[in-house]
Formats: sequence, C-alpha cells, structure tokens
Amino acid sequence: MAFATSPEGAPLPTSVKIVVAGGFGVGKTTLVSAVSEIPPVNTEAWMTQASKTVDAVYTDDDKTTTTVAMDFGRITLSQDLLLYLFGTPGQARFWQMWDDLCRGASGAVVLVDTRRLDASFAAVNYFENDTDVPFIVGVNLFDGVQTHALDEVREALRLSKNVPLIACDARDRQSVVQTLVTALTHSLEVASANAAGEQGTLARR
Amino acid sequence: MTANPWVRPYVLTGGRTRTRQTLHVHTLVSAPHYDPAFAARLLPEARSLYERAHDGVESVAELSANCGVPLGVTRVLLGDLAAGGRLELNAEALTSPYDPRVLKRVIHGLRDLA
Repeated sequence: MAFATSPEGAPLPTSVKIVVAGGFGVGKTTLVSAVSEIPPVNTEAWMTQASKTVDAVYTDDDKTTTTVAMDFGRITLSQDLLLYLFGTPGQARFWQMWDDLCRGASGAVVLVDTRRLDASFAAVNYFENDTDVPFIVGVNLFDGVQTHALDEVREALRLSKNVPLIACDARDRQSVVQTLVTALTHSLEVASANAAGEQGTLARR
Repeated sequence: MTANPWVRPYVLTGGRTRTRQTLHVHTLVSAPHYDPAFAARLLPEARSLYERAHDGVESVAELSANCGVPLGVTRVLLGDLAAGGRLELNAEALTSPYDPRVLKRVIHGLRDLA
C-alpha cells in the first residue's frame, strides 16, 4: 500500500537503506520478510523451475525458490522516516547490481550459514574491498541452533576485528531488529571515526 | 499494468541508460500535481509511473515493481518526469547516508518496534 499523498508543500519522508547480502540461500529473503510491512518484492516465482539446473541450493532444507532480481522490504518508523531493506541477488552473475544497491546505503548485513560458509566468502570480500558501506556479519541460526563458536566463524571468514560479528535468527523479528540496530550502530561508529580522522588530518596540515 | 512485452526497454528510453538526477532504489517519489492532459501524452510505462506516484509516496524500487517496469527504464522515465518538474524526489536520500541524526532516529525507531 502506498502512503497518502503528502499535503501541498510538505516535505517527503526521509528514506534510509540497509543492504542485506550473503551467498545463495543463506536466508536474506527470510530476514527481510521477518520485519517488512510489505511482502518482500521479488521475482522468485519463475526461478523455481527455471533455475533448477543452473543454481545449486543446499538440499537439506526445504528451500525451492531463490531470488533472481532485487528483493526488498519496507519498515515505516514514523510518518517522516522509512527504512528500506534490499537483499542482494545471491548469484555471482548479478554482481553489478550490488554496486547499484550499495550506492547511498547506510549500512549492510552479510548473512552467513555456518554449514557452508564459502557461500558468503564473496559477499564478505565485496564489502571489505569494493565498497565503503560499513558492514556487519550475521551468523544465521538455521533451526535456531548455533553450531559453531563465533570466534571460529570469524577465523574461517578471515574477518577483521573491526567488523562486528553476531548470531541472529533470520526468521525472528526481534532478532532481525537487533541485527539491524547493530549494523546502524556500527555505521555511526565508522562514520564518526572517519570524521575524527579527517579532523586529525586537517589539524596536522 | 505490466511493461509492454513487444517493446524493448531501450526504445522506451530513447536508448538512454542514465539520467541527470541520481535516483537511488530507495529515493522517494511523489507527483503532487496531477495533470491528466500531460498524462495522456505519455507512453504507457511513463503514464503508469506518473499515476502511481500521484496515488502516494513510493520509492523508485516500489514504483518499478508495482508498475512492472524494469528498474533501469523506471529510473530514466522518472528522471525525465522529475527534470520536467512533474515529480518531487526526497533529496536527502541523495546526501550523506551516514548523517548521525538520521541514523540515531532509525535506531530509536527500530528499538521501539522490538
């Protein structure tokens, strides 16, 4: 549902974006659905059959569809403040969309599945090297079970100490909200550290 | 309404893939003043976007999805409409995404939800 047209001359609401990234089938769409007030908009339906022979999905769970294009949700925080969540396409052949989605993003969550960490290596790599958007890593607790210690996951991902790593349950609204808060808090810290760094550089001139 | 399957996207945009304005997927769009005579002269895709933007405030991504117009085409068409003064965009989506006042408001808003 759309918002009522704003009164004449009233400013449009502010919109903020968080990117939800990660490998194929790690739970990005689930995370977006857990908090979005609109059904996540995506083009999943036709992938069910079409991608059968193209994309390998972990076969132990019941996931039979996947996200092919952009996939997003919306949370209205107040009349003048909207938060959008954009899930990245999981497959490597959609990399160029990542740049587009990251432009203007306030933060990012890279979701990982400990049963196949390698599915998210590329996403971690992308946020470490190819974009300035601050990110955190969320270890998705499939079936609510944490199978690996977070330190081990950090080690396996070769993740810098500066990147927050938390456990989350992509199906659980509270857990997802906490994850988003952690991501934005991290962005605030990075932004203020960068600002302080710039001040320092100027002072030394 | 969905995009006309018989017309290639580049025909709708005159071969252009960029716009003068930067339109993010989360940039909000609205058409506060609806001009039926103007709408009647638009191609179906542009008309659909213009009408939907008049119905309420939506992001570029929502307009694209709800009108069934591919994102790249949506951007070019909305860019044209905005350049012609037919649309309003929320400009602050184009400034710093790390504005601490905004981020703190989002964090507080999220905490209230939980």
